[in-house]
Amino acid sequence: MFFRIAIIYFLSSCFLLKGICQNYTTKTGFIGFYSKTPLEDIQAENNQVYAILDPVSHHIAFALLLKGFIFPKELMQVHFNENYVESDKYPKATFAGSCSGDMDLTKDGTYQVVIKGSLNLHGVTKNLETTALLEVKKDQIQGTSSFKLKPEDFQIQIPGIVRDKIERDISVRVRITWSRT
Amino acid sequence: MVSCIQLKAQDSLLRSISDSLSAGAGNEFVTGTFKALYVVNMKTIEAPAAGALNFEIQHRFGTLNSGAYHYFGLDFATIRLGFDYGISDRLSAGIGISTWQKTFDGYLKYKLLRQTVNSERMPVTVSLLGTTSYFIDTFALKKSVSNTYRFNYTTQLLIARKFNSWLSIELTPTFIHYNFVETSADQNNVFALCGGARMKINKRMSINVEYDYLLPNQLGPNPDPTGPPRSNSFSLGWDIETGGHVFQLVFTNSPSMVESQYIGQTFGTWGKGYIYFGFNISRNFNLKPHNKPKS
Repeated sequence: MFFRIAIIYFLSSCFLLKGICQNYTTKTGFIGFYSKTPLEDIQAENNQVYAILDPVSHHIAFALLLKGFIFPKELMQVHFNENYVESDKYPKATFAGSCSGDMDLTKDGTYQVVIKGSLNLHGVTKNLETTALLEVKKDQIQGTSSFKLKPEDFQIQIPGIVRDKIERDISVRVRITWSRT
Repeated sequence: MVSCIQLKAQDSLLRSISDSLSAGAGNEFVTGTFKALYVVNMKTIEAPAAGALNFEIQHRFGTLNSGAYHYFGLDFATIRLGFDYGISDRLSAGIGISTWQKTFDGYLKYKLLRQTVNSERMPVTVSLLGTTSYFIDTFALKKSVSNTYRFNYTTQLLIARKFNSWLSIELTPTFIHYNFVETSADQNNVFALCGGARMKINKRMSINVEYDYLLPNQLGPNPDPTGPPRSNSFSLGWDIETGGHVFQLVFTNSPSMVESQYIGQTFGTWGKGYIYFGFNISRNFNLKPHNKPKS
């Protein structure tokens, strides 16, 4: 039994090493979130998203600093960090998962895929499933996706007095251009 | 087994980028040292963002010891109305008018140093503040005072540190120049050491304390011999923040909200019931969108 596990471990680490060599990465991915209510429009955009994609295993991972979200209203940005996501305590949000669907990321083309994985935000990990479009072109892969999140799912409390100013489901947009490392 | 390996692979991918993300963290500047631009009377190192305008209403009722007939002070009011504007992320300016001695005031505040998250780089935020005030009221003792004598100047070095998410402390060495003093026992140049702290009690509320210590033997007794003795200013505040507003409920023994007056011209102590109840309300307006990271 131990022997078998050891072999699998060995094989998987070989596989990993091979994977790392041909990964696509970026440090300038884009993730924005948007909330629209009659009282207040909120938008925040982060252009410093780290992301990595393994074209063979189809594994995918994202990481960003919550302080990297820029709001047009600076006070909102302070409140977002101080009162909502508590970025002193939980500085990062991360996602790790994999793509599935009909695709061959080693060849040029456009692929509609399903991404499944776990999102960690504000110290809470939740499963997330969404569709995405991957476009492979030469040494680059462009990925776009959008989905909705509920702040309450991540134990981000919104006081009653501002509840009507923030949408129940926050729209999130992702746009990543990976290049081969 | 397979899904276990898959998770491991995903995790190691995540770790590879997450670690390099952490390597870059820590150099950004600390935000939210104080909730508002004022501890109670003293200005904080906070400033409106570039292009943002803050409207400040500061209100003090009368003293609690004024008795039941005056509803324990609610009969009286002194008010300061002010605007604060962020010229750049470091430089801000403000103007105000107040009923106490019918005073106009204006200030310029510049952030010299900014505390970083990794506090080995920069442990404190330091701002330089210059305030000028001009009063048009007349005194009982001296009815006619010429224009030059109506100006007072205050220079303060605001040194603040956010120790953790719930405690911030500000120390403020202060120099005041009075062009006009009421008696010969009063100096024109006066030094003071002011201090303020904020203790968060939950995400949206904090308790503030402020003490303004006037160094001894600089100002004489109260020019009005029937009035209470000159005293240092001590204030307590309770901040409640809701979106673009901050409400501050305050108790203080200073009726004025202008530096040269509340530091040097506070008469009456808490112990004798010279406590003014009041509030500060601020509202933030964004005149221009800001597009840089808060750094």
